[in-house]
Amino acid sequence: MKQLMLGNQALARGLYEAGCSVVSSYPGTPSTEVTEEAAKYDEIYCEWAPNEKVAMEVAFGASLAGKRSFCGMKHVGLNVAADPLFTCSYTGVNAGMVICVADDAGMHSSQNEQDSRHHAIASKVPMLEPSDSGEAYEFAKQAFKLSEEFDTPVIIKMCTRVAHSQSIVEAGVREEVDTIPYEKNIAKYVMMPGNAIRRHPVVEERTRKLIQYAENCAFNRVEMGDTKLGIITSSTSYQYVKEVFGEKASILKLGLINPLPEKLILNFAAKVEKLAIVEELDPVIENHCKHLGLTVTGKDVLPLEGEYSQNLIAEKLGEEVPAYRKLNETMPGRPPVMCAGCPHRGLFYILSKNQCTVLGDIGCYTLGAVAPLNAMEMTLCMGASVSSIHGFNKALGEAGEEKTVAVIGDSTFMHSGMTGLANIAYNQSNSTVIILDNSITGMTGHQQNPTTGYNIKGDPAGKIDLESLCRAMGFGRVAVIDPYDLEECDRVVKEELAAKEPSVIISRRPCALLKYVKHSAPLAVKEDRCVGCKSCMRLGCPAISMKGKKAAIDNTLCVGCKVCQQLCKFDALQPGEV
Amino acid sequence: MTKNIMIVGVGGQGSLLASKLLGHLLLSEGYDVKVSEVHGMSQRGGSVVTYVRFGEKVYSPIIDKGEADFIVSFEKLEAARYVEYLKEGGRIVTNTQEIDPMPVITGAAVYPDNLIEKMQGIGIAVDAMDCLSLAEEAGSAKAVNIVLMGRLSKYFDIPVEKWQQAIEECVPAKFAALNHQAFLLGRGDA
Repeated sequence: MKQLMLGNQALARGLYEAGCSVVSSYPGTPSTEVTEEAAKYDEIYCEWAPNEKVAMEVAFGASLAGKRSFCGMKHVGLNVAADPLFTCSYTGVNAGMVICVADDAGMHSSQNEQDSRHHAIASKVPMLEPSDSGEAYEFAKQAFKLSEEFDTPVIIKMCTRVAHSQSIVEAGVREEVDTIPYEKNIAKYVMMPGNAIRRHPVVEERTRKLIQYAENCAFNRVEMGDTKLGIITSSTSYQYVKEVFGEKASILKLGLINPLPEKLILNFAAKVEKLAIVEELDPVIENHCKHLGLTVTGKDVLPLEGEYSQNLIAEKLGEEVPAYRKLNETMPGRPPVMCAGCPHRGLFYILSKNQCTVLGDIGCYTLGAVAPLNAMEMTLCMGASVSSIHGFNKALGEAGEEKTVAVIGDSTFMHSGMTGLANIAYNQSNSTVIILDNSITGMTGHQQNPTTGYNIKGDPAGKIDLESLCRAMGFGRVAVIDPYDLEECDRVVKEELAAKEPSVIISRRPCALLKYVKHSAPLAVKEDRCVGCKSCMRLGCPAISMKGKKAAIDNTLCVGCKVCQQLCKFDALQPGEV
Repeated sequence: MTKNIMIVGVGGQGSLLASKLLGHLLLSEGYDVKVSEVHGMSQRGGSVVTYVRFGEKVYSPIIDKGEADFIVSFEKLEAARYVEYLKEGGRIVTNTQEIDPMPVITGAAVYPDNLIEKMQGIGIAVDAMDCLSLAEEAGSAKAVNIVLMGRLSKYFDIPVEKWQQAIEECVPAKFAALNHQAFLLGRGDA
């Protein structure tokens, strides 16, 4: 049956049909739905791992045991998993092992826009790049065969526009594959120098064979049209190129992006008058073509940054773009904001009020950096808040320790905050680490994690107790606060900053968007009491605005958290009708 | 010829249901369809855009400036923000609801006035209606998306029954009657 599927959903369908049995991933936009969709198939064991490195090693273990396995992650997650990636390229696999990495050109929901193709090249692992849902489905199925045929993990590279676009897929049925018996093979699987030295030439030979494979494989195809212009492209750029040129150019569409073919490209180049390379982010195909001695147009006209589109490609390659009408008006922006009732808001207000230097991390709470709270001064990568506060405080001593805090969410803490915390406990800086425990992985759309007590299917699971964990590491000061209680937050933050030893504050309240969270009645403004002082406006709550000279509360948004009430000196914010 | 519908609004307003409904409908009409969404950070109350494209063969999953046949907007400012994406002769179908963005809430910016008149002033066809009131009349403020779909349906040569069928496929059975009513109110047939 033909159906519309998200690229990620189609990829999951491909995994299912290919007989994949074990999936371990860490959520990250735009990759999350692959694993969420895979978890809907009972035939696949699925889990959220604490981070991408763990996920990839779980998938590797399952492959070693003889089951087809998968792990999924966003581009920056592959940095975390780079360690196992580079070496399982040497060991190869037993049963097929497929890795999905989803890039985010345009940074819709990311801290950088790195090009993951470099990881494939550097680790010498083949990489497939689908251009729509149909290909995501088909490539996922083929990837396992490729993995087993060439004894290598295979990466499928998605991007936001393939992962989060729906297009038509005609799904088939699951192929049950036999377990490939595990056999002890120390020379292949124990990567100590003596063995790894013998595996490296195997990797180089595999790459040579894969280049041969790339010359004729079904992942790469030529679509001849007008020969005045030839375009080599891949992924979503292919779709934009087709949109602009249709039959007006000849196209070499690459689906196997590492390693790249040589003869196929040279033969194609020989058939066209002029050659252009259209690829988002870095000039990977372009540099390969230049290395082959070809003269090409590419990053000389097309940008290294951001997403491409049909108009951008048309304009840069000299085609016409449609006309449009403009409104002569300054539009206020609409940046994302913390939701009404978000438990992070109260804590950030207190940190801002105490003029703390806040070193932040990756999650919804990164929004603590935006106006009017402006309460975060650093965000780098997963876990960096906890590690860097230690460096910050070691560098500044007391001047740092008495006003600096690290803030990190529960899931991010499990991902890579724990190791930084171990460093604070071990090398002793008087750092104050605040774990924002909203009992869920929020930003990526509510995934369970090791602290929530539930697994990916919502069934009861192991639950790591954060207080016990911190105490076991040697933290004598572990406080738990409710971020809706501003007075308590203020008192505890001041105490822990003043303490002459390392401390952890757990700011605990579930995400206001969780279905099980019961909301209180919305507040309303008693207009006779409101003097228009705007104290409540300092919270940056989307439910509160000024209507004329008085505050007003949008009762469709307000969840009755009463944080604003605690800022009002005139008792003007009260539950229920005015 | 590929047709382009852009759905714009504020994160959390329910635009994903609208695009799902259109996807179902257009697929059942035999078209090639692509729908592009953005997930993640921008869903947190930010400006969100969904692209729906259909025709004999659709390549790009996104809609670029000057290409949209329709911009369906859940919020007035968002309709105006994406005016440049409208094709010559295209039409904006918008909810008249105003939702203040954070820069307006904090006083750093003002919500522009008379946006509909200003859009009409540059020659754009704007079909504006108070979808929130109609949704509440149907029984739930959350049905704004279906009210808008009802309005949009007026411009398509697809029988009402087909739209209603797509609604049934996309919403839980217990809300089907409410959404049918919302659709008809939006269409002006109730």
